[in-house]
Amino acid sequence: MAETAENHEVSDVVPSTAETTAEVEAVLDAPVDRGEPILQVRNLVKHFPLTQGILFKKQIGAVKAVDGISFDLYKGETLGIVGESGCGKSTVAKLLMTLETATSGEVFYKGQDITRLSGRALKAVRRNIQMVFQDPYTSLNPRMTVGDIIGEPFDIHPEVAPKGDRRKRVQELLDVVGLNPEYINRYPHQFSGGQRQRIGIARGLALNPEVIICDEPVSALDVSVQAQVINLMGKLQDEFELSYVFIAHDLSIVRHISDRVGVMYLGKMAEIGTDSEIYDHPTHPYTQALLSAVPVPDPAAREGRDRIILTGDVPSPANPPSGCRFRTRCWKAQDKCAEEVPLLAVPEVFAGKKTLAAHESACHFAEERDVVHAA
Amino acid sequence: MPEPEPYPEPRAVDPQPAMDAITPGDGGAMTLATGDARSLGEGPLPGGPGSAKSRSLWSDAWHDLRRNPVFLISALVIVFLVLIAIRPGLIASGNPLQCDLAKAQEGSQPGHPFGFDTQGCDVYTRTVHGARASIAVGICATAGATLLGSVLGGLAGFFGGWWDALLSRIADIFFGIPIILGGLVFLSVVTSGSVWPVVGFIVLLGWPQISRIARGSVVTAKQNDYVQAARALGAGNRRMLLRHIAPNAVAPVIVVATIALGTYIALEATLSFVGVGLKPPTVSWGIDISNASVQIRNAPHMLLWPAGALSITVLAFIMLGDAVRDALDPKLR
Repeated sequence: MAETAENHEVSDVVPSTAETTAEVEAVLDAPVDRGEPILQVRNLVKHFPLTQGILFKKQIGAVKAVDGISFDLYKGETLGIVGESGCGKSTVAKLLMTLETATSGEVFYKGQDITRLSGRALKAVRRNIQMVFQDPYTSLNPRMTVGDIIGEPFDIHPEVAPKGDRRKRVQELLDVVGLNPEYINRYPHQFSGGQRQRIGIARGLALNPEVIICDEPVSALDVSVQAQVINLMGKLQDEFELSYVFIAHDLSIVRHISDRVGVMYLGKMAEIGTDSEIYDHPTHPYTQALLSAVPVPDPAAREGRDRIILTGDVPSPANPPSGCRFRTRCWKAQDKCAEEVPLLAVPEVFAGKKTLAAHESACHFAEERDVVHAA
Repeated sequence: MPEPEPYPEPRAVDPQPAMDAITPGDGGAMTLATGDARSLGEGPLPGGPGSAKSRSLWSDAWHDLRRNPVFLISALVIVFLVLIAIRPGLIASGNPLQCDLAKAQEGSQPGHPFGFDTQGCDVYTRTVHGARASIAVGICATAGATLLGSVLGGLAGFFGGWWDALLSRIADIFFGIPIILGGLVFLSVVTSGSVWPVVGFIVLLGWPQISRIARGSVVTAKQNDYVQAARALGAGNRRMLLRHIAPNAVAPVIVVATIALGTYIALEATLSFVGVGLKPPTVSWGIDISNASVQIRNAPHMLLWPAGALSITVLAFIMLGDAVRDALDPKLR
């Protein structure tokens, strides 16, 4: 994580210089000690059945929203998940929160599978995994005061705060997220979007969770307010040792906040690695295409850079392509791609090599292509 | 209005927003915006907020209603109507069934301000005494239909699945029964002529309408993220329904129920007119309105007074419902 500390700038998607070999070696030699994973996701699958008929429903297919996703989340780190609309990012968030029941696969929180929990045990786990929602305009009940919204976690889990103490706790939380504690009796509609999102964050923090799932927490906000909220989240992470799963479609923001990044395409993880592995040494064609679409503020750099224009649309998740899901839009696709599903693993060409390109990538023909710095 | 300024100072929004914070090259993190200036443990909170009482939707709504003239006037009218429904003798000492045919259809005269009807009964006394049956039918039928309809419809909307399908089909069946024909079938077997069979019949045919409205608004409300957020916090179905969905789904139900109240009083009149509703000696506005409507050109006063009483009642309930609905919407405050 030390290596990412200096990367806390939104702009560093396009750093001016690539690392020298010595720097890369230093990064690779540094001991990677992430400790025990706090959240382990294994082969998580969610299929939404497509049915026909009014009274007697017959299943005619399934939307494969999430189709076998695995990753680990370590204590205190931020795992960014990026991908275009409809690739299953939000479904992953709902599955991690057990707001949806997984079709198969497991989510282990400290070694305990939470996908099959219910009742009291589930309620106990929910204290430790909380969520910040995408749209601050619908995630706060318009008919509850801010005090009631942030205080609700204490009503549901009375053991966290004694009754007489709750009002004070709510005001402390308002203070922590940078809102005036005197706003406790106001209603959500009296706040701006950024302020509402702070209220949502305060609600998520109320139970002192260890993991916070952020489902596009800033995409509904103005760009100027996005930075404030992102910074607040970074500050809270340091203060409360939070682990974030940060879902977004904005690559710059994900790089700014994430220690590691996973790229999703059509319900599957295409590539996963540390932020410099993904952003500076992408090996999956889809990641390369995504990165090449990031706006570059410098017109001179923009002229010379490597633009990959994908053709076609994202296939329907109800009927995904065989083999590699990206093959229908990939310029490298060959027969093998239609027959064999590529596994998410360190590609053979890079196996054992000391390079940042040696990270997990689900492509038969993985190769490095630095689209961001290409000139 | 208790709040001197309806909108808060946008304290957390930097006047020079984070555009400069995103400027590259200053090495460290983006400068934290003003809102973050207060950090945890910076010191004690300002003393002010601790003393203010915490408020909730219901206390705020009640606070609002007590100052709303529309609510006060309509509540006063309703209290008055309920009072004379219980004790008509308070303002009308006569007997509504003591009639003198010699005075049939005569106009206003001393001691009989509203005149006489076709049977020579005092219209004032009959109007006051008629409140009991009409108000009982109106309030009880509305309360019954609303309670049944919103509970069944709300649960159907919330849980969905086969329960929803079953309930919606049952509601469709009741929708298919024509009111007059249904009344003839159901009520002709009842001989009592009191208000309860009529109330029961109206509830039976009235709940599907409320249930459809309730189901629809619950389905809309439950898709909101705040319901998901409550579930993510570990809230049970009860809490989600009562704290999150019900307050946000109740407005359309209130509107439809208050309008239905007037319709139900009129429906009682229709049923009485066909001869299956209330029967004499029960006195009701409905019976009087049906009797008077055929004489409207000879003796309009016979229609005017009971119909006026009915209109005022319906208006009072609609205004009450409107005021309550507005008070439950913080955005209108």
